Amino acid sequence: MEHMNSTRIMDKESIHRALMRIAHEIVEKNKGVSGLCLMGIRTRGVVLAERLKTFIKQIEGHEIPAGILDITLYRDDLTMVSTQAVIRETQIDFDITDKKIVLIDDVLFTGRTIRAALDALIDFGRPAQIQLAVLIDRGHRELPIRADYVGKNIPTSLQQNVKVVLNEIDDHEDEVIIENIKA
Amino acid sequence: MKEWNKHDLIDLQGLSKEEIELILTTAKSFKEVSTRDVKKVPVLRGKTVVLLFFEPSTRTRMSFELAAKRLSADTLNISAVSSSMSKGESLLDMAKNIEAMNVDMIVIRHGSSGVPKILAEALGPSIINAGDGCREHPTQGLLDVFTIKERYGKIAGLNVTIVGDILHSRVARSNIWALIKLGAKVTLCGPATLMPKGIETLGVKVSYDLKAVLNHSDVLMILRLQKERQQEKFLPSLREYARLFGVNQEKLNAASKNILIMHPGPTNRGVELSAEVADGTQSVILEQVTNGVAVRMAVLYLLLGTKDKGSEEIKNVFTH
Repeated sequence: MEHMNSTRIMDKESIHRALMRIAHEIVEKNKGVSGLCLMGIRTRGVVLAERLKTFIKQIEGHEIPAGILDITLYRDDLTMVSTQAVIRETQIDFDITDKKIVLIDDVLFTGRTIRAALDALIDFGRPAQIQLAVLIDRGHRELPIRADYVGKNIPTSLQQNVKVVLNEIDDHEDEVIIENIKA
Repeated sequence: MKEWNKHDLIDLQGLSKEEIELILTTAKSFKEVSTRDVKKVPVLRGKTVVLLFFEPSTRTRMSFELAAKRLSADTLNISAVSSSMSKGESLLDMAKNIEAMNVDMIVIRHGSSGVPKILAEALGPSIINAGDGCREHPTQGLLDVFTIKERYGKIAGLNVTIVGDILHSRVARSNIWALIKLGAKVTLCGPATLMPKGIETLGVKVSYDLKAVLNHSDVLMILRLQKERQQEKFLPSLREYARLFGVNQEKLNAASKNILIMHPGPTNRGVELSAEVADGTQSVILEQVTNGVAVRMAVLYLLLGTKDKGSEEIKNVFTH
C-alpha cells in the first residue's frame, strides 16, 4: 500500500501570475506575435495553451492559432506499458511550416515527452523555430532539452510526484502539489 | 483508462461492448494520421507483421498492409499459391516456421472456419483473423460499425438491415455481433435458401421481403453474392436474385432519404446493387474503405502494444 503526503507549492493566484508572466515573455522574446503559434501537449498542455492564448490576446490584441498534439504514438516507453495508452486526436488546423511554435506542457521532467513532441511536430512540417514553455520544471533531465519559459523551478527527488491540477479538466481549483511516494 | 488485455483478434463474438468501443475510439484518432502529408507514425517501429492469405483479397490485404506501414511496422506478404504449402507442408508447420523467424503478428485469411483460433492457441505472435471461412471477418465488422457511428453519431437504437447471402457471409456474422453488442436492431433479409436456420437466436429479425423492411431501415448493408460459393445451386438464377434482393433506385425510393448504403466490396454491379445505388449520394462504400485503414491501425496498435501472453500487468506510468 502506498502512503503519500503532499505539499501544495502553487495556488490559483500564483499559477495565474506565472502564466501571465510567460505570456509577456513569449511576446517580448518574439517581438510581437507575427508567425507565432501555440501547441499544447495533451492533456494539461492543451489547457495551458488555451489560457496563454487568452493572455496573449489581452496583451497584443491578436488571436494566435493554437493546436493540440497527442504524442502517444511517438513515445519511447510504449513497450513498458502493458495496458494501452488511449490515443487521442492531434488537431493542427494550420500549416506549421516557417512558423514560430511554442510547445506547451505542464511539467518538464525527463524531457522524453518533449523529444516525442518534437518528432511529432516535425512530421507536420518544418517550423522556423520551436520554443518550449512549461508551468513546472522539476529537473532530472535524461535528454539535452531545456525550456525557454518556466513558470516555476522546483527541485524534486525521484521519490516525489508533481501533480498539476487545472480547473478546466480536474474539476477542482488550480494548484500544484508535490506528493511523496513511499513504497 | 480502459483496460485492454487481448493478445489476438479472432472474432467479435468474444469482444465486450467496451472493447469494441475502445477500438472505435482509437480508430478515430488514427484516421487523422492518414490525412497528413507524412502518413507515418513510429509507434510500431521494429515490429514485423506477416500477411498470410489463403484466399484472394485486394482490399483487406492492402488495408492491413497500409495500416501496418503507417505505424512503421515491417510487413511480409505470403500468398498460398506461391508458398511451401503447395509442396505439401501443413498449415501449422508453416505457421511455426514463420513464428521461428520472430515475427510479432500474423494476419491470416483462410477458407476454413476456426483456423485463426487454432493458430492463436498454438503460436506466440498475435493473430488477427482477416476472414475465416463463413465464420467471422472481425475488422470488416469493426469498420462497418465505425462508419455507421461516424455518420449517425451512435449505434444504439438504429435499424440495420443486412441483405443478401447470410449463409456464407462472415461479414454478416461479424456485423451481427458488433451491432447487437452496441445496441442496434438488426434485420436479416435474403432468400430462404441463403438464410441460416436458427439465426434468430442471436437476437436478430429475419425477413424474406426486401421492400417490406426497407422503409424502416436506417442502414442497408448489402452483401456480395458470393458466386464462388454457389456451386450447390442455392438460387434458381442470378437474374431472379437481382430482381428480388438486388437494390436499385426504384426500391430505394421507398426508403428513408438518409438511409446509408453499405457494401463490404467487391461489388457485383447489376446483381446485388445497381450502379446508380453504388455511386449514389447515400452510398458510403468508399468511406468504408477509408475507415478500414484507420480501424486496422487501431487494432494493430492495441494488439502489438500489449505485453506477451500471461505477463504481469504493469501500471501505465506516464513520465513527463
